Amino acid sequence: MRDKHDEFFLREFVKRWTNQKVASRWFSRFFYYLDRYHIIRWSLPSLKDVCLTNFRDLAYIKVSSKVRDAIISLIDLEREGEQIDRTLLKSVLDILVEIGMGKMKCYEDDFEVHMLEDTVAYYSQKASNWILEDSCPDYMAKAEECLKQEKERVSHYLQSSSEQKLMKKVEHELLFVYESQVLEKEHSGCHALLTDNKVEDLSRMYRLFCRTPRGLDTIIQIFKKHVTAEGVALVKQAEVAASDKKVFVRRVIELHYKYLTYVTDCFMHHSLFHKALKETFEVVCKGIARSSSAELLASFCDSIVKKSRSCEELSDEAIEEILEKVVKLLAYASDEDLFAEFYRKKLANRLLFDKSDNEDRVRSVLTKLKRQFGGWFTRKMERMVTDLTLARENQASFESYLNSNPHVSPGFDLTVTVLSTGFWQINKSIDLNLPAEMVKCVDVFKEFYQMKNKHRKLTWIHSSGTCIINGNFEPKTTELMVTTYQASVLLLFNASDSLSYSEIRTQLNLSDDEVVRLLHSLSCAKYKVLNKEPNTKTIGPNDYFEFNSKFTDRMRRIKIPLPHVDEKKKVIKDVDKERQYAIDASIVRIMKRRKVLDHQQLVMECVEQLSRSFKPDFKGIKKRIEHLINMDYLERDKDKPNIFRYLA
Amino acid sequence: MRRSSTRRSGQQNPTASANSTPVDLYRSASSKAIIKELERIDHLFQSYVDKSSGMIDPEGIEQLCSDVEVDHTDVRILMLAWKMKAEKQGYFTLEEWRRGLKALRADTIGKLKKALSELEKEVSKPPNFLDFYSYAFRYCLTEEKQKSIDIESICELLVIVLGSQYMPQVNSFVAYLKTQNDYKVINMDQWMGFLRFCQEANFPSLDNYDPDEAWPLILDNYVEWMREKQSLHQRRTLPKLLWIST
Repeated sequence: MRDKHDEFFLREFVKRWTNQKVASRWFSRFFYYLDRYHIIRWSLPSLKDVCLTNFRDLAYIKVSSKVRDAIISLIDLEREGEQIDRTLLKSVLDILVEIGMGKMKCYEDDFEVHMLEDTVAYYSQKASNWILEDSCPDYMAKAEECLKQEKERVSHYLQSSSEQKLMKKVEHELLFVYESQVLEKEHSGCHALLTDNKVEDLSRMYRLFCRTPRGLDTIIQIFKKHVTAEGVALVKQAEVAASDKKVFVRRVIELHYKYLTYVTDCFMHHSLFHKALKETFEVVCKGIARSSSAELLASFCDSIVKKSRSCEELSDEAIEEILEKVVKLLAYASDEDLFAEFYRKKLANRLLFDKSDNEDRVRSVLTKLKRQFGGWFTRKMERMVTDLTLARENQASFESYLNSNPHVSPGFDLTVTVLSTGFWQINKSIDLNLPAEMVKCVDVFKEFYQMKNKHRKLTWIHSSGTCIINGNFEPKTTELMVTTYQASVLLLFNASDSLSYSEIRTQLNLSDDEVVRLLHSLSCAKYKVLNKEPNTKTIGPNDYFEFNSKFTDRMRRIKIPLPHVDEKKKVIKDVDKERQYAIDASIVRIMKRRKVLDHQQLVMECVEQLSRSFKPDFKGIKKRIEHLINMDYLERDKDKPNIFRYLA
Repeated sequence: MRRSSTRRSGQQNPTASANSTPVDLYRSASSKAIIKELERIDHLFQSYVDKSSGMIDPEGIEQLCSDVEVDHTDVRILMLAWKMKAEKQGYFTLEEWRRGLKALRADTIGKLKKALSELEKEVSKPPNFLDFYSYAFRYCLTEEKQKSIDIESICELLVIVLGSQYMPQVNSFVAYLKTQNDYKVINMDQWMGFLRFCQEANFPSLDNYDPDEAWPLILDNYVEWMREKQSLHQRRTLPKLLWIST
């Protein structure tokens, strides 16, 4: 037996063991009686045990180290890919367990400890080679393969109690020791994988490193850095080429979607990755100046809806999908109310000035928005659409009223859109002095409306009105599509040929800004319907204007655009005001319920209540608390200034 | 029963006390003194009163100030008003005048002068001072339903009321109030907040100031302004120090 080595030695060992077993069984048979009665009476060790002990003390002790070495060398052979006799190993190891006589001490001390040591040595050597030679994906593939094999090994012939210890050692050697080296490999590390969209490798990376104690941290760091870099690059690009905002938004959305799928697919929805993504996109959204990210997204949505109408290229599902993505992105900007306000503005423009929009379409998009954001978001918008339907009915009945009462003719075609106050973002109309013709038709409509609705008050918003007027120019008559304001200016020239700036201003009763804007659109822009003296590009308070009878254009009907006032600031101001009211309401609600509350708690609850529409800043809340103290809704506790009381 | 009732009436009427006990004598004497004192107080009031309105008006107060030899912007005059619980700025009614001077036990100008320095000590005790401090703000509210005071008056008032105790804080805060544009007026809450600030915050390090606490926003902004100034200052002085050391 001593001359044999390795596998043959083990075979011999197993054979001897079997012989011993047989012998001990026969002994038991022969001395059955003694075994049953004598031994128990004198409480001596049983015959079977004595056999085992004898075998252990006389035979096993002498060969134990040889057995162990043989097993380990066989395992090493298998690791290198050779075929070995697994059943043999299994039986040898079973013997070790059996010799332990119910305890694992023999297996653990004589074999397992040494096996683990060997494993550590083996893999640390392997890993040190691989890390130098292989790229990160290769290394990871190998590591994963090794881990798989070790696991199989345990299930094939090792005791299951070894699994945890073994895997821990292997993971430590393969993953933990070289963690940062693997992840940060220059041309193939995590960073490169993200750049090259190596989804599979990334998933593997997650699978491997989620086992090590802090393995994910490094990946998250790299992931964050990578995504931020891309996002910031996009923002920079957008700043350079400021014109193409839609492309930018589309790209940001795509970027977000891409990494979100990474997080869900490769990183198994791990919460830390979600957090990282959130933080990153917060940075990106902040990179775009506040408010403009909400505005950009709003106009993006608007354009999508418009596009889907004009060429039907986007199906309902596609719109829904895009909206969903937008909603996710918007959550990072935490300006949902601002977004709603911008979107409402766009919608109002579309509803009022762009009649081609299909009502069903608008409603279906609204339902989608409602599903995404909740009822508060679309409440006003739904009312707007309803208003428009009502207005259309109203217009129809107005027309039939005109037909049946020919004596009250307004003088020309008049379409009035009656809307309800409070739901539309429309600038309050300044008191424009309407030309006589228009005054008449306004009166006719008023009369009609009072007949139907006695107690309603009509406010005329001339700033949103449009007119088509005939310009009797010398070459030919041209139809001019203008706003009510522009028309009022032009109609002044029916009465006189030349008017000074101040005359126009007093006759119209408008502010200077407004008059300058109107006159500029009529005398300095593309269509010069009015001649200006002196003929310069800007409007001065001492200028004179006269009707340009020589004006002509190849089109029969032209639209004279009035440049939009930048309403962004106004929208932001409106939203800020809305927010103040929302904060006030929230504080009062909380305090009404709690009566007495600590400052910090009040702030926290307030933030929580409002978080679905926007993220109020602490200073803002403080300001509103102070405002409420001033208004005698709250008071500060006299002894504890951190505590507020509700004053009913 | 009858006797006691007459005795009681005797107390009320000091002239009818011919057969009264020594105690009564003493009492009547003291009550006589009180009456005398009240007479003198009223007399003093008459010397400053504006005949048409029946109150001491700003002119009268100025006269009073020069008689007791303090400036009319002196904190002691404000304390006197506090003691009188004067309602309207610049005016003392007879009732207020009696209330104040009786409490001070001052019926002549000389006594009043002495009493004023006593009063200063009394006010400086914590609960009194808190009351006085909030009174000072309310005293400046001249209009009906007015709740706040303009920055300029507040600066003056701060110097008068807190100047002696918290000079550095007051100076720095006044400097801030004059540079900022967010606030045009100060309300009661902010006013009381500043006293708490002076009492609680380490100055000028401000290291224990936490803006997450319920400090009025104006103090948050002030502290932010201070810290900015301090870091700027440090940055500016640091190179100089280096230059000296090399």
